[in-house]
Amino acid sequence: MPTDAAIPVRTTSLLPNRRTWLAALGFAGFILAWYAAVHWSPFAAFNRLPDPFEVVVEWTSSDPYYGISIFTADYYTHIFYSTYRALAAFGLAVLLGVPLGIFMGWKQGVRAYTGSLLSLLRPVPPLAWVPIAILVFPGVEPAVIFVTFLVAFFATTMNTLVGVRAIPQDYYRAAACLGASNRDVLFDVVIPGAMPSIFTGLQIAMGAAWFSLVAGEMIAAQYGLGFLIWESYSLIQYPTIVIGMATLGLVGYLSSAAVRLVGRRLMAWHEQRLGMAG
Amino acid sequence: MTTTASHPPEDLGPRPQTGGLGIANVSKVYDPEGRAVVALDDFSLDVEAGDFVAIVGPSGCGKSTLLNILAGFDTPTSGEVLLDGVPLAGPDLAPRPGPDRVVVFQQGALFPWMTVLGNVTYGLLKQGGVSRREAEARAITLLAESGKLDRIADAYPAQLSSGMQRRVEIIRALINDPRVLLLDEPFRAMDTVNKSTMHRHLLELYSRNRKTIVFITHDLEEALFLADRVIVMTTRPGTLKMDIAVNLPRPRKREMMASDAYLALREKAVFAVSEEAKRAFERGEREMA
Repeated sequence: MPTDAAIPVRTTSLLPNRRTWLAALGFAGFILAWYAAVHWSPFAAFNRLPDPFEVVVEWTSSDPYYGISIFTADYYTHIFYSTYRALAAFGLAVLLGVPLGIFMGWKQGVRAYTGSLLSLLRPVPPLAWVPIAILVFPGVEPAVIFVTFLVAFFATTMNTLVGVRAIPQDYYRAAACLGASNRDVLFDVVIPGAMPSIFTGLQIAMGAAWFSLVAGEMIAAQYGLGFLIWESYSLIQYPTIVIGMATLGLVGYLSSAAVRLVGRRLMAWHEQRLGMAG
Repeated sequence: MTTTASHPPEDLGPRPQTGGLGIANVSKVYDPEGRAVVALDDFSLDVEAGDFVAIVGPSGCGKSTLLNILAGFDTPTSGEVLLDGVPLAGPDLAPRPGPDRVVVFQQGALFPWMTVLGNVTYGLLKQGGVSRREAEARAITLLAESGKLDRIADAYPAQLSSGMQRRVEIIRALINDPRVLLLDEPFRAMDTVNKSTMHRHLLELYSRNRKTIVFITHDLEEALFLADRVIVMTTRPGTLKMDIAVNLPRPRKREMMASDAYLALREKAVFAVSEEAKRAFERGEREMA
């Protein structure tokens, strides 16, 4: 399908809910394609997969065939574990990454010590850390959280750093002219100036946390959505795989939306700028 | 302190007690990649407290370098700057910006994350000694006096036109009662109409609240219209080319620009400026920071 067909073209006489309508159409198209792949595809491999209706029936069944639906406690246990790990990792990443990024951006000395080290560590994929994490940490839980934390931490640190570096020099000079101390500059120029970029970083970090969390859970965990997906694969419970995937999509979307919402609340000035630009 | 400047007319406020600038033999050599570039060469100028001095010169004449040294953002390679007789900048003095010399920046430097009120009260609060309530009251008073700007006190800078942002930035500087106000081509990006509105506002603020003003520009007409004294600089290495006393009556009016006195001054200055501009153009170098 050509990609430009999916982009709504803005004209002046749009129906008020045309956007919603097009989104619904997108979903419908996806479901149809999925159904078609399962039932009408010439490739046998596709025919083994559950179709959308099987998944929805299983997901909403009060007596699910494979044991996982919105009416089972296990479903929520998996969600709880994944969310708890993602949030713990994300929280740690914010707590460590934002201050580190701020000082790296603000103080050349800190950047000199840490810059190249981070640049070398950052490309190491999170999964490559799993064996060491398991060796070092007492138990699976901290190991999975550590692996999840790493990616979120790099995203947070790097975006914060970039945000601080992008603050125009004149703001620092203006603050100095007006009598600001070093500490004032940190709280009144560096942090608010980097805030938009920090929140971009946090959104990326949230997404990245879910990525690596699921990878970690598939290998090393006892509960969680990643574990659920992998276990369902081993036990040939295919609809449950899709339930796990769809749930991940939802939870991931909600957590990113929450970060965005907090960012908007904190940066009324930035919204104004975007809204009034041009 | 000696001066060659005009005696400003009576409708200005009294001369302030402080704000006399002495710039003595200031040079600045940049050394990027071992290739020395002389930005300022043996520049000297005495400015009497309360004078409005405009510094005019082509791009790359070192006028921004001079402003950075006056503001305390940069150190001269040799020479000395005195503020009311006290050394302020020299090769052995650490650069020290402060509220006695506030800069209004070319690109504008209102903090976008603070409202107009937050920006204007910022200096008072950081220098200490006033409560937030008092700082806000003073800010609102000054904003109200400056063309009823108190009505935009809660707006963020991005919601204001660039002209309005400039007016707020000048007020943010003036509220600290600086001894010297340093204006770095603040109206450069504006069209003619906005520019002349800004000139009116600036002169109004100046006459009500007289300070030493050092105004950097490359626009000669602007310099002659605003200042008591116009300093023309040579192209790099920047040094003083001409010192013109502008003995035109205040308040300055647009019509004045058609008067014989103005035209005579302009005649004198235009030649000097265009000569330097041509030299700079032919050399084709980029402006130094």
